[in-house]
Amino acid sequence: MFKPGKKINFNSAKDLPPTPASVGDMTHNFTGSWRNLRPIIDYEKCIDCMICWKFCPEPAIFIEKERPKIDYYFCKGCGICVTECPVKCIAFEEEGK
Amino acid sequence: MKKVLMGNHAISIGATLSRVQVIAAYPITPQTQVVEKLSEIVANGELDAEFIKVESEHSAMAASIGAAAAGARAFTATSAQGLLLMHEVLHWASRARLPIVMANINRALAPGWTIWTDQNDSLSQRDTGWIQLYASDNQEVLDSLIIAYKVAEQLSLPVMVILDAFVLSHTYEPVEVPEQSEVDKFLPPFNPEWKLDVNNPHAFGGLTAPNIYMEFQYNHHNAMLKAKELINKEGEAFGKIFGRTYGNIDKYKTDDADYILLTSGTLARTSNIVVDSYREKGIKLGNLRVRTFRPFPTEEIYDALKKAKKVFVVDRNLSYGHSGIFFEETKASLYNSDLDIPIFGFVTGLGGRDVTPELITEIVEHGIKSEKPENDVIWMGVQK
Repeated sequence: MFKPGKKINFNSAKDLPPTPASVGDMTHNFTGSWRNLRPIIDYEKCIDCMICWKFCPEPAIFIEKERPKIDYYFCKGCGICVTECPVKCIAFEEEGK
Repeated sequence: MKKVLMGNHAISIGATLSRVQVIAAYPITPQTQVVEKLSEIVANGELDAEFIKVESEHSAMAASIGAAAAGARAFTATSAQGLLLMHEVLHWASRARLPIVMANINRALAPGWTIWTDQNDSLSQRDTGWIQLYASDNQEVLDSLIIAYKVAEQLSLPVMVILDAFVLSHTYEPVEVPEQSEVDKFLPPFNPEWKLDVNNPHAFGGLTAPNIYMEFQYNHHNAMLKAKELINKEGEAFGKIFGRTYGNIDKYKTDDADYILLTSGTLARTSNIVVDSYREKGIKLGNLRVRTFRPFPTEEIYDALKKAKKVFVVDRNLSYGHSGIFFEETKASLYNSDLDIPIFGFVTGLGGRDVTPELITEIVEHGIKSEKPENDVIWMGVQK
């Protein structure tokens, strides 16, 4: 599910491009560590409408075998999927519990 | 071909000859004809450019930033309150190292509501990281536009070409308009190494942590220092093709002068007349016009002033509670040198009040008579 991207570190003024620019992609940046609340899908209740997948701003919800799946490496726990789910099958649980 | 052009149309033609690809501008007196003429030129198919009508100057600069980031040669023009509204994005343009060229018509700031010239609008942008060139005639306005792109694109720095409201913007002067083919030889197409490209995606201007932020500033500053050399080099290269040479400073009879006026913009042309009349009387007066204000040409100014007995800086601007700004900069940049001569700071001509040869003569008389400046600001022509 997760493929690490290329990370380039700049160590001195000589290495820098003229403008602060990302090089490669941001998949090395695990924003999932920012999360306080973890959304959990109850697949018994889920109707596979993919509304959570459409609304996820990151996007940290992807589709696997025609079902939505949350990528916890990148999900920041914003809760938009929890609010938008029409059958209320996504629960929000505190991290570390 | 020689044409009789107002300063504003000299800008439009300079931008056209530079083959700008994106023009985003908002009209403001006294800049309006710059935009009018360019919109005509684009509408007539004489220039292959996108003309973006924007809702404010902030948007004009923001659109120019987007265009330049995508690798297009971008142009805009503004004045006074419009330039102030751009302030936030001026920093963005230079820190993103985008070689945008902008013409700014020096207009005094409100209130009192005014449309006439002084330099406080552009000098308020001193620390935005833009190169600032102050022109003194319409020929220089046109030529500076072309040279500005050549310098900007080599250093990834934006350039402001600055001229006095009405004294140049609306005054018609004979201007030699260069041939397009000659300009093309001087100014190659813009092809930046770093640009927004769907086939090679980057995000620009993202989070820059403390471990590397300062290095970007270090590189920006060094590029500005390099600009001192490059402005002279490209000004000379331009001269070889077109017969008109430009540099950071413009010396008029300063080499043997006892007294030197330090001026900028059109004040310099009036001052040259005064220099000639003093020379006829056998008094060795000279005039040093500072054309590049950022980067500040400290070394060249030192060289030009080192044999003088007194320096009279004439500022059409004011930093309240301190002094005229060219005066402040000149004095500060020479403080650690071995030059120990009185430098006088005269403030005059604010809000477009006419600075006549008689007034410059009063300045020179005041300076010659006084042993030392009585204040950091010597007001000239004010009705106290």
